[in-house]
Amino acid sequence: MLIKLSGGKVYDPVHQVDGKVMDIYIRDGRIVSRPRDDETIDQTYNLNGKVVMAGAIDMHTHIGGGKVNIARMMLPEDHRADPSQHSALCRSGCGHAAPSTFTTGYRYAEMGYTAAFEPALSPVNARQSHLEMGDTPIIDKGGYAMIGSDDYFLRMLAAKKDQNAINDYVAWIMHASQAIGIKVVNPGGINAFKFNQRALDLDEQNSHYQVTPREVLKALSRAVHELRVPHPLHVHGNNLGVPGNMETTLKTMGASEGYPLHLTHIQFHSYGTEGDRKFSSGAAQIAEAINKNKHISADVGQILFNQTVTASGDNMRQFANSTLGSPRKSVIMDIECDSGCGVVPFKYKDQNFVNALQWAIGLEIFLLTDDPWRIFLTTDHPNGAPFTSYPHLIKLLMDKTFRNDMFTTLNLDAQAMSTLTSIDREYSLYDIAIMTRAGAAKLVGLHDRGHLGDGAGADITVYTDNPDREKMFEKPDYVFKDGQLVVKDGQVVKVTWGHTHTVKPEFDRGIEKDIKKYFDTYHTMSMENFKVSSDEIAEGGRGGIVVQACEGRREKSL
Amino acid sequence: MANFSASTFEAVTCPACGLLCDDVRISCDSTGLLTVSEKGCAKSVIFFERAVQTSSPSIAGKSVSLTEAVNKAAEILRTSNQPLFAGLGTEVQGMRGVLSLADKVGATLDHMNAYSSFRNTLVLQNSGWQVTTLTEVRNRVDLLLVIGTDIVSHNPRFFERNVWNKESMFDQDTSSREVVYLGGQNIDTSAGISPKGVKPTVLPCDTERLPEVVAALRAIIASKTLVAKEIAGIKTSDLESLSDRLKAAKYSVVTWVSSDLNLPHAELTIQNITELVIKLNAKTRSSGLPLGGSEGDYSVNQTSTWTSGYPVRSRFARKHPEYDPHHFSAEQLLANDEADALLWVSEFNPDKTPPNVNIPKIVIGHTNMHAIDADVFIPVSTAGIDHTGTMFRIDSSVSLPLGKLRESSLPSLIEVITAIEAAL
Repeated sequence: MLIKLSGGKVYDPVHQVDGKVMDIYIRDGRIVSRPRDDETIDQTYNLNGKVVMAGAIDMHTHIGGGKVNIARMMLPEDHRADPSQHSALCRSGCGHAAPSTFTTGYRYAEMGYTAAFEPALSPVNARQSHLEMGDTPIIDKGGYAMIGSDDYFLRMLAAKKDQNAINDYVAWIMHASQAIGIKVVNPGGINAFKFNQRALDLDEQNSHYQVTPREVLKALSRAVHELRVPHPLHVHGNNLGVPGNMETTLKTMGASEGYPLHLTHIQFHSYGTEGDRKFSSGAAQIAEAINKNKHISADVGQILFNQTVTASGDNMRQFANSTLGSPRKSVIMDIECDSGCGVVPFKYKDQNFVNALQWAIGLEIFLLTDDPWRIFLTTDHPNGAPFTSYPHLIKLLMDKTFRNDMFTTLNLDAQAMSTLTSIDREYSLYDIAIMTRAGAAKLVGLHDRGHLGDGAGADITVYTDNPDREKMFEKPDYVFKDGQLVVKDGQVVKVTWGHTHTVKPEFDRGIEKDIKKYFDTYHTMSMENFKVSSDEIAEGGRGGIVVQACEGRREKSL
Repeated sequence: MANFSASTFEAVTCPACGLLCDDVRISCDSTGLLTVSEKGCAKSVIFFERAVQTSSPSIAGKSVSLTEAVNKAAEILRTSNQPLFAGLGTEVQGMRGVLSLADKVGATLDHMNAYSSFRNTLVLQNSGWQVTTLTEVRNRVDLLLVIGTDIVSHNPRFFERNVWNKESMFDQDTSSREVVYLGGQNIDTSAGISPKGVKPTVLPCDTERLPEVVAALRAIIASKTLVAKEIAGIKTSDLESLSDRLKAAKYSVVTWVSSDLNLPHAELTIQNITELVIKLNAKTRSSGLPLGGSEGDYSVNQTSTWTSGYPVRSRFARKHPEYDPHHFSAEQLLANDEADALLWVSEFNPDKTPPNVNIPKIVIGHTNMHAIDADVFIPVSTAGIDHTGTMFRIDSSVSLPLGKLRESSLPSLIEVITAIEAAL
């Protein structure tokens, strides 16, 4: 089967293609540079005047796992307002803040996204994450295994185990939980909360283990680097949401001593303490530090005004915030000497000083960070806003007039505290293609996605070049997934099952002897059952595992 | 029955209660009969050692081929306007199939345990809660407060595995852990006796009066002064000293079993439990722990929630999922003639039989059910014995694979459901 996409304006930053009119050929699900001489074209799509990009990749979105399902279960009132009907093609479900899995897959695809990554896959809960992602159609997916507050790891740090042993454990976790990255959430803090500590700064010790978040970050970022995992250590820092936390964030950038770090939903970690209300924007300093520190990347975690739900592994901070929730309810959990979670519904309001300033801080970070290869478009779905608001966010970045008009409707005190309107930058389509495709694929380590070169998986999105960028990005003309037309005019026309992307770093399996002993002595499940098998993920014919190359990508800087 | 090669299985996962112990040792003889040889309990013995009777698919009591039974079931569902899927004793993979079929035919879904699991779900949806999981309990609990239950009737190995375990991670002398039973009459509290022989504190009261007692305890923890000197036969001073012990504990765990709280609006009592836990967390650490779980109830709710957005009781009649914990009760729908076909599922337990109804009835269940009064009966194999599966533990964060211990000639639930869906 050979398909020709004819005459579209192509944005493919991996190959420095910036709006060039060119043809793209797809053979059996892969992009090929040109047909063989003897080959006939089976189908041609005339894309004159259309914009062509690789399928978009959401590198941080909570789409599957225990806390997402708690959020779903907690919020029947939110689902009722957004029912999704079943059709001849699609299963029914519901949308908004914590959509059902089938609806999640359809809506991502209908927005031109072809991959999404669950960033907080708790290893002990990995089976559930993969079950949920297995019921998420069309898009590719994967997860970052969340460690750093697990007792096994902290025992290793406290016992001063050497880095090789830590590397073996980290690799073992990635295999066991079928992950493509490693994430740390409030490094050591989830564990400290179980010992009744209520805050943990970068250099503060866990009262039981006597180790600091800095030590956790250093050991894990080095492990990820030495195992040659392409995705840098994914860091949700200490002190999320706390006024003044920009200092912690700036110090965190140095904590890995040059090993790559990805600082996630950095908007929530960029707060100063200036002004009458002791809450101010740290965006300028944070963006400047990202610009300067080449080993740092970040995604923003933009907030947008509406009802949503915050779901995080950071039960220490979520417990502290639980009284701010709306509607006022929360679930806080300690989980299996492995992790924790906190789910707090939240309504961001444009007339609320803090919320309005959070909105401006996120946009300031987007616009003041120079390199679109190191800053990523997220709302930390659903924590800042549901993923379905991405087209609106893209318009805010690409359209200064629209942005400034929105700004003038916000809480006046917040307006007075923000420099947003003094920033003239508008993102280009090329920048957006970097942020949401090329850069995201590089960051996650998807070697055959996020670009339109020879051999790439044919995940392709075609848009009408509408000056209203929200309209443009919310309804693509065509979306191809592995060469199959899955969306036409913003509607699903075919349901496929995407791949689960993983990496499998090499390690010394001798470590299993000690891990097994730990499970047998302390756990309530066996080590073998902790592991998620590839067969479980492929069950029911719903996609399978793709093992991406684990050959590193980023250099240690400094 | 076919010949089996006699064998022994180590580390089998037991789906008979919400604990999902995965250390059970089981042997299989040449006739396929299973014996729990180590780490068993009353529930696992009943589950694994049940002698399997032969049965075949039937229509109105008459043996038919699987295809005929499947076609008849499809015909009943196709001509039904308001089908009801109930029982739902299954695991994740079976429930995935049930949800797909329900979406197609516009069914209403209810699990046989929903009447009691709702007591918890309503609290989760109204105020949320602060809870913990079994491995945390095993390593951290210093004071266990058990409210209105003996636990062990539902989860026989709870104390053995999570309280009186010999070793724990944080150098605690586990045998000095404290146990308090609050509420209930004539509860067997022997499992709460420590390995050193220390007896638990027992504060009994009639279950009907637990709402008052729990409300009083919450008030005391919140530093309110009570005028009453006793509540439901429990001295206020005893509740005050319990409050002091909870506040002094470093990691108390407060547990209940929703099916033992047979009270009108039991959710309000559970909410008083979970809110007193939250209050304790102002200063120290404390966690709730709902226990119980059977017939795949937690697995069914989890799967239904990620698939549709809602736990059961839900319905798909209007082409999208709707949720109503009261109106979609199977019992009520049947009593009000609001269903015109019943599909009953129970793959784990032949004793969980469907209600008597005068509407077309399809039973997909354990082979020992012999549901000859059903319009269609399709015996299926059992996950965890005859085929693999996936199940959620009572603490909801952990799910485990269920193994296959012997060959079965019977189809699995998902195979039958898929066939029915294809035949619609």
